Amino acid sequence: MHNEHSDAHFQLRIDNGEHIEPKDYMPEGYRKHLIRQISQHAHSEVIGMQPEGNWITRAPSLRSKQILLAKIQDEGGHGLYLYSAAETLGVSRSELIEQLQSGKAKYSSIFNYPALNWADIGAIGWLVDGAAIVNQVSLQRTSYGPYSRGMVRICKEESFHQRQGYEIMAKMMKGTKEQQDMAQDAMNRWWWPALMMFGPHDTDSPHSSDAVKWKIKRETNDELRQKFIDKTIPQAELIGLKVPDNNIQLDEKTGHYTISEINWDEFYRVISGHGPCNKQRLDHHIKYHEEGAWVREAAEAYKQKHLKKELETA
Amino acid sequence: MATDTQLDLWEVFIQSKSGLPYIHAGSIHASDVKMAMQNARDIYTRRGEGTSIWVVPSKHISASNPDDNDMLFDPSNDKVYRHPTFYVMPEGAKNI
Repeated sequence: MHNEHSDAHFQLRIDNGEHIEPKDYMPEGYRKHLIRQISQHAHSEVIGMQPEGNWITRAPSLRSKQILLAKIQDEGGHGLYLYSAAETLGVSRSELIEQLQSGKAKYSSIFNYPALNWADIGAIGWLVDGAAIVNQVSLQRTSYGPYSRGMVRICKEESFHQRQGYEIMAKMMKGTKEQQDMAQDAMNRWWWPALMMFGPHDTDSPHSSDAVKWKIKRETNDELRQKFIDKTIPQAELIGLKVPDNNIQLDEKTGHYTISEINWDEFYRVISGHGPCNKQRLDHHIKYHEEGAWVREAAEAYKQKHLKKELETA
Repeated sequence: MATDTQLDLWEVFIQSKSGLPYIHAGSIHASDVKMAMQNARDIYTRRGEGTSIWVVPSKHISASNPDDNDMLFDPSNDKVYRHPTFYVMPEGAKNI
């Protein structure tokens, strides 16, 4: 008889395409990998609210302000879906927040770049959310049930984010020369960081092989990046934006674009804390977490008061 | 800091329209039922996903143990008489 609490049995279930649920046996490495990946994903959603939040009061119209507010509310919601999924693995919300604030847990380094002007809001929606969607669509089929269900929910909501960004870029490209230059400038600054969002090449990716074996990741970093490149270049060309890379070529045989080598030194520099906004993003999170402590304490006190009342009348 | 807390964990169930079953949507944090309801609404039904919400403190949910699955969910294939195809109907019987 097989042992249901063995790694071999676990791998058999994975190979059979089964989903793993919170109370099922899982190897410690699987649990650890998931906690790291899901919490990093959750932190990215929450920290990602900051560069856009910066533009709510300066959105150029009421329409764009409403849209931006709704988008940022979604990002907060996505963070919460993901924190919930991570918590099913036995880690508490307080621990997750502590790991973020101490710098132990990472978030997507793209959010360490500033949103300098309104065109950046377009570029973030189109390129950053666009890259995130490619990754998230693939993760809908991840092997861990709660993560997969969260991804399905997120993907339903995320496509509006990308479309609103592309709409901003398309509008600016139909505007004055100055607006066109702004859109191109945002494209130039966000293109490479967006490509880096998929992580290092498969050959240099420390966690990739286990993640693929356990079907946490269903496609590799390079496969996902290529999908994004192939989708995005024609979208840029359609509205007259130039991709900031002189070596782009379409391989007619494969249908894939080839690009220049990515500047990985910059990627590692930003990941290790030396991007333009790393300190600002964490300081902001810590400040509002601490300033909100009294709200959590008051809610807890209110609960205790009512529990006491219920006991007295029972 | 005194007693910082992330509040209690609750499970959220949503009925997408009347007549359909309530389906688990995910979880939220809240200190009491009123906050739980508000948070569930804000987090899980921003786009008309539901017409009714249940919130339940997670600690009040008992879940079966996966180790008991063989015993609990045995398909009882030996009890063929549980299936309609087990019964022999007279030749010519209709609508049954």
